[in-house]
Amino acid sequence: MNPRITFAVATRVLTQIRRDHRTAAMLLVLPCLLITLLWWMFKDTGGGVVFDRLGPGLLALFPFTIMFLVTSVTTLRERSSGTLERLLAMPMGKLDFLLGYAIAFGVVAAVQSALAVLLAVGVLDLDVQGPVWLLTVVAIADAVLGSALGLFVSAFATTEFQAVQFMPAFVIPQILLCGLFVARDQLPTVLEKVSDVLPLSYATDAMQTLTRTTSTGDVWQNVGVVAAFALAALALGAATLRRRTP
Amino acid sequence: MMKNAVEVRDLVVRRGGREVLKGIGFTIAEGSVMGLLGPSGCGKSTLMRSLVGVQQLASGSVEVFGEEAGSKALRHRIGYVTQEVSVYDDLSVTENLKFFAQVLGVDGARIEEAIAAVDLVSHKDAVVGHLSGGQRSRASLAVALLGDPDLLVLDEPTVGLDPVLRRDLWKLFHEIAERGAAVFVSSHVMDEADRCDRLLLMREGVIIADDTPERIREKTRTDDIESAFLALVEGTGDQAGEMA
Ligand SMILES: Nc1ncnc2c1ncn2[C@@H]1O[C@H](COP(=O)(O)OP(=O)(O)OP(=O)(O)O)[C@@H](O)[C@H]1O
Ligand SMILES: [Mg+2]
Repeated sequence: MNPRITFAVATRVLTQIRRDHRTAAMLLVLPCLLITLLWWMFKDTGGGVVFDRLGPGLLALFPFTIMFLVTSVTTLRERSSGTLERLLAMPMGKLDFLLGYAIAFGVVAAVQSALAVLLAVGVLDLDVQGPVWLLTVVAIADAVLGSALGLFVSAFATTEFQAVQFMPAFVIPQILLCGLFVARDQLPTVLEKVSDVLPLSYATDAMQTLTRTTSTGDVWQNVGVVAAFALAALALGAATLRRRTP
Repeated sequence: MMKNAVEVRDLVVRRGGREVLKGIGFTIAEGSVMGLLGPSGCGKSTLMRSLVGVQQLASGSVEVFGEEAGSKALRHRIGYVTQEVSVYDDLSVTENLKFFAQVLGVDGARIEEAIAAVDLVSHKDAVVGHLSGGQRSRASLAVALLGDPDLLVLDEPTVGLDPVLRRDLWKLFHEIAERGAAVFVSSHVMDEADRCDRLLLMREGVIIADDTPERIREKTRTDDIESAFLALVEGTGDQAGEMA
């Protein structure tokens, strides 16, 4: 590991995103639009109660889902274009590569969630009991988790089509089981157990706790679990990055 | 007597269940330009990947500067251009080089030199994806020149380039070799053969000739490498068997 190289990877990825105006705009604007849509849907029913219940979960979903997709496709591109092969023939550690990506997408997630949180809390009156900045911290942990999983699954895809298919396979079950639709303790026992080992459940728990109480102990615990999942996924990702390929 | 930069012994590589390199051996001397010629699919890229240490080997050994190919100490000393253009399409030429320079830990001043060496000064701020095929492959080549490598491994670097530029690049390869580096260049354009100090002719994973271009022509009694290659393949050359 070498901080100079890690930093080089992170800045390069950020430059690439900045260059691609459409992607940059989608990354920043799309979550805001979707959260507004959710607010609008429930505007005339229930007096904001439903929005208060679903909004935080959505704030956890965006960074996770978007970063999963973006990372799996970009690393796949990196594998197939030969740039990864070239980098691995250079003095680049696998961790430099992975952490560089994680840092870059963490930064994007920070900006993305700051915007979405500001909009949700400041304009759309999302009711948050805990500190608002902690919502952003949870979102960053989510984003890094999404990136790490995306890096990992990209090793099992040989085309961009396949990489995109991992989204319904890896992400949608987590969305269904994370407690957004049915509270996790009301799921059938087997599904509850499954949801206990899915990282997005903890991210959603963290967000929902934040909106309900001012105490932050549980939130940090959940963030810790999400971070542990992210580290494990990064380690698995490192294991799939081979210098020598067949 | 020059030292050997590369020593390959009994190298066997299997890809997709087939034996792609069938037990080949050769050496590359420091300060020389070694060419690798052979038809499409004969295993040129596979051999180059073995030299830079990104190819899984079935058996045999590849030593570069006395160490196993791909070992950590070598990664600073090798410049590698893959056959596909391996730079980032969405970054400019300069941004690409800046990134790779940071990875290699080389001075920023090298960036301008590398861009000048591949004649891309007028396009240095253009996004690589907007360049022509030849310009993109030159951008890729520039990356390999950044670190002042002791071994330059170039997989078909002159494909699609005009004659003037090809001549300039071959001149550059020889300049680099004169400074003591070993240059290993593949091509399937037979007329580039005479620009090499020494040639490996390869066919179906086997080396069928390893000599200077003059001697290959002499031994096969042909006027150009293309005919020499055919003579060797068909066994009509005078001492074709002996050269293998
Ligand atoms: N990733 C791979 N998996 C399985 N087999 C492969 C792979 N890459 C190449 N091969 C096979 O290995 C053989 C040699 O391929 P290689 O790319 O080394 O040829 P080459 O001489 O560089 O050809 P060209 O001049 O077209 O670039 C080919 O028969 C090819 O089908
Ligand atoms: Mg090839």
